[in-house]
Amino acid sequence: MSVSQSTFHTALLDPAQPVPDGLFDAETRPAGRRFSVYRNNVAVSLTEAMHQAFPVITKLLGTQNMDGLAGIFLRRHPPTSPLMMFYGAEFPEFLAGMEQLSHLGYLPDVARLELAQRRSYHAADSTGIDPQALAIEPEKLMTATVEFAPAMMLLRSPWPVHAIWRFNTEADAPKPQAQAQDTLITRPEFDPMPHLLPPGGAEWIAALQRGQSIGTAHETTLAAHPDFDLGATLALLLQGGAITTLNTERPQK
Amino acid sequence: MLDNSLGSNRLPLAAGVGYKPQHFTQILEDAAPVGWLEIHAENYMGDGGRPLAQLRHLSEQFPISVHGVGLSIGGEDPLDADHLARLKHLVGWLNPASFSEHLAWSTHDSHFLNDLLPLPYTDASLARICAHIDQVQEVLGRPMLLENPSSYLAFAESTWSEPDFLREVARRTGCGLLLDVNNVFVSATNLDFSPQGYIDAYPLEKVGEIHLGGHDEDEDDHGHPLLIDSHGREVVDPVWALLDYVLERSGPKPVLVERDTDVPDWPILRSEAARAHAALERIPA
Repeated sequence: MSVSQSTFHTALLDPAQPVPDGLFDAETRPAGRRFSVYRNNVAVSLTEAMHQAFPVITKLLGTQNMDGLAGIFLRRHPPTSPLMMFYGAEFPEFLAGMEQLSHLGYLPDVARLELAQRRSYHAADSTGIDPQALAIEPEKLMTATVEFAPAMMLLRSPWPVHAIWRFNTEADAPKPQAQAQDTLITRPEFDPMPHLLPPGGAEWIAALQRGQSIGTAHETTLAAHPDFDLGATLALLLQGGAITTLNTERPQK
Repeated sequence: MLDNSLGSNRLPLAAGVGYKPQHFTQILEDAAPVGWLEIHAENYMGDGGRPLAQLRHLSEQFPISVHGVGLSIGGEDPLDADHLARLKHLVGWLNPASFSEHLAWSTHDSHFLNDLLPLPYTDASLARICAHIDQVQEVLGRPMLLENPSSYLAFAESTWSEPDFLREVARRTGCGLLLDVNNVFVSATNLDFSPQGYIDAYPLEKVGEIHLGGHDEDEDDHGHPLLIDSHGREVVDPVWALLDYVLERSGPKPVLVERDTDVPDWPILRSEAARAHAALERIPA
């Protein structure tokens, strides 16, 4: 009587399945609870990984609710790689699909912010340019394109995601107000820092990511946000070491 | 088949600890008597950031053992080529003193289950594991060490004893062995065999590293003791005694103290390492 890994795997993830035949104790009695050790190890370790990955979601929902959600999630989306540092990529979509959470519409974007912070934490190292590099002729600067650090992340949301994150991670942070918020994550050294972007900031960065020149991206952004403050957004990028290259020679796209 | 299985193992005959990032500063300030550190390979497979920076720093001061927990060497499926490539990259730049993995499986049908799952010991599983170890050693260009598992149950289909199975894997592939003394104690208690008898049957000459850890206590459906390999407590006295039993027969070996859950403050881990170090010092080289 052989026990295939397929049978073992199915029974591990589904407690309603019987313990596979052919597994015994030392007196050849059926394994029973002994099999549950493995079931428990899998469920507990993956639930713990979800708590670590999504501390703000856990705080918002409460530990018990998070345990329950993780239990459903880990069976629907078991890890597909041994790199547990990236486990939970499907969690925002999963949350969006939970009907009983539909009154908490901001949860998926909060989960996206937590995922983005983890991706930033493990992203490749890079060196930001010296702000002095921007002290060139204005025409040359406006036609330049930029490259961003792998650890820089941008999250646009119709919810006050940055404020929710602050309120749940900082003492004395202000209560979130209903508004759309765009968040920029920079990683000056090793710790990802979420920053609230001013209006237009996300459009400008996204245009630069598409390869537009600084000037063209500025014009695009001004069309939608006449009050766009390029200086404030640029300062966040420079302080966070998020601009790694200034291309002054490359023709503008 | 690679020869000289223990020759590429450059771990010192001293006590080491499983590295936890919260101990980074204290290890650099006060590491005596820790002779080396072990890391879990999968935690250092990101592209950059603090984990890799800390590892680079530590590797300048300590011999490092890379211990994989995700290769699924015992899996029925082929090894994950992407994961093997990541491992080759890590072992390539770090050039660790040792690389080890487990006699277990963790991935099936593209699902990684984040646990070390058990295998039957049969001719078929033996052939499959040897083929996987051959592949790992060929890709990494070095021999590896294979660790014995903690067992909570037995397979009706098994035809090999675990020590004989491990001896045969080592003979066929040229790999060395990582002897986890706590796992022997846990399995022996759970499956009613003598831990000393296991050690007597085990090929100690193949051992390149010893692991020590703590376990939790539970019971099965019949009230039989069921020990769980949790790595969440201190090493118990019978396991320390079993370490002495091993060292008296094997001679000095690199000994690791592991703690993966409820990780204590550095001084507690350090004192366990000191106890392991003292056990080694009692053994003539």
